[in-house]
Amino acid sequence: MTHTPHRLEIENASIGYGEKIVMRDLSFQVPHGARVAVVGPNGAGKSTLFKALVGILPLQSGRILIHGELLGAHKDCVAYIPQHEDVDWRFPVTVSDVVMMGRFGQMGWLSRPSKTDKQIVRKSMEQMGIGGLANRSIGQLSGGQQQRAFLARAIAQEPHILLMDEPFTGVDVTTQEATLNLLDHLHSQQVTTIISTHDLNLAASRFDLVLLLNHKLIAFGTPQEVFVKENLAQAFGNSLLVMENGVMLVDECCPPEEEHDHHDHAEVK
Amino acid sequence: MSWLLAPLAYQFMQRGLLASVIVGVLCAVMGTYVVLRGLAFLGDAMAHAILPGVAVAYLFGGNLLVGAGAAAILVALSIGLFSRQGEVKEDTAIGIMFAAALSLGVALISSMQTYAVDLSHILFGNVLGVSPSDLWMIAGLSFIILLTVGLLFKPFLVISFDPVLAATLRLPAELLRNLMLVLLALTVVVSLQTVGVSLAAAMLVTPAATAYLLTRRLWPMMLVSALIGALSSIIGLYLSYYFNIVSGSAIVLTATLFFLLAFLWKRTKSI
Repeated sequence: MTHTPHRLEIENASIGYGEKIVMRDLSFQVPHGARVAVVGPNGAGKSTLFKALVGILPLQSGRILIHGELLGAHKDCVAYIPQHEDVDWRFPVTVSDVVMMGRFGQMGWLSRPSKTDKQIVRKSMEQMGIGGLANRSIGQLSGGQQQRAFLARAIAQEPHILLMDEPFTGVDVTTQEATLNLLDHLHSQQVTTIISTHDLNLAASRFDLVLLLNHKLIAFGTPQEVFVKENLAQAFGNSLLVMENGVMLVDECCPPEEEHDHHDHAEVK
Repeated sequence: MSWLLAPLAYQFMQRGLLASVIVGVLCAVMGTYVVLRGLAFLGDAMAHAILPGVAVAYLFGGNLLVGAGAAAILVALSIGLFSRQGEVKEDTAIGIMFAAALSLGVALISSMQTYAVDLSHILFGNVLGVSPSDLWMIAGLSFIILLTVGLLFKPFLVISFDPVLAATLRLPAELLRNLMLVLLALTVVVSLQTVGVSLAAAMLVTPAATAYLLTRRLWPMMLVSALIGALSSIIGLYLSYYFNIVSGSAIVLTATLFFLLAFLWKRTKSI
């Protein structure tokens, strides 16, 4: 390919729930295959941005382009792993049933799973270390295993863009490692990954680009460009402490259960 | 074996048995969605909501099934309309429509006086009064409903289990949800003849709830549920023949017995 066009473009997007605008006039472009960390204080609108990128939350204004086409033109190239899976854990499905759902978009809604589909499902489960749990009910798994099942489903979807909301928060070490290995694997497969995290060290060390948000775009670029005092002060306000020797501390723990609920804590005035 | 074959000497018993088995299977399959999506209240409401349709059909001498079908679809769609944007919660919308339709049905019925017998057939079913044309209608509608469920198995699975995935895969969740309600309404209409409106809800819930205790995947759950629905219908109808009890009640009580057995089996297994 002689030119690599921007594969994900957000143009002047404003996102919100009804009257309440959470994210104002957001514009950025993510090149194909990039690893992007989305960083910002609690309630900055990270989850809201993800919901808009995946098409669950309609834009108030602006537009989102994937491969130069409007969001929704490609039916199956975006996979999304929300912070909390909003599924019915008592539903009668096994782990492999759940992972197979990732194939539904590609196999067509009326056809049966092919050999290839089954193979992809098996490989995805093995990659996430849950091959042995294939026939268990999804509700019987531990929290970390459940997250890995949904990661396996996202791989089985063979997306061009993978969105993960806080995959490192509140999970066991095995799942964290499996997630990090998955990121490396997806990078080698040229899959664009966009991941929100509270771990600024992780954002600086494992990602190509950092998107710093607080209800609007504060900075977007390489970790070196983004993680400077001015940007962090603007994003985190009083939660940021700059020490004399140049060390910066951000007091950020315990993300709230839902960042879009109506008592908004992070509005920095 | 003569006690098994004796009832079948009568043609109306043959038709009744066929109709009950078809309805038993149909209710049991649609019932899996009722149980899994928590629509038991809706099923009950829907069954009562078809009363005004039946009453209007009576007034104008039309086909009862057609009247019931029109009323059920109207109620199902208006529930979807009221709760779509979240202005009114779904169960609230159901409560409103349920009560309104039932009141309208009773109001229409109270203005007439001559058909107490037929009304009891509507409420509790009259499986021995299934005419050949009724049987064709029951079989045809059931085939269409089951075929739709088979074709849309995967979309219905995704919208029921994981609405977020449904949205990312760009499924028309709204349309599918309404379609499911329409199928449910048609199921209630079809079961009007065999178990009647007041017991249709039980046939939707009980076999499926039993199957839920015994299986771990959706497809087997549907099969087991269908099997229990069919068996309950056959056993219930024989009980009704030999002990001279209302067929709808006998069928529902048999299904309930299956549920209790499954529940006890599950309990003893987990100890």
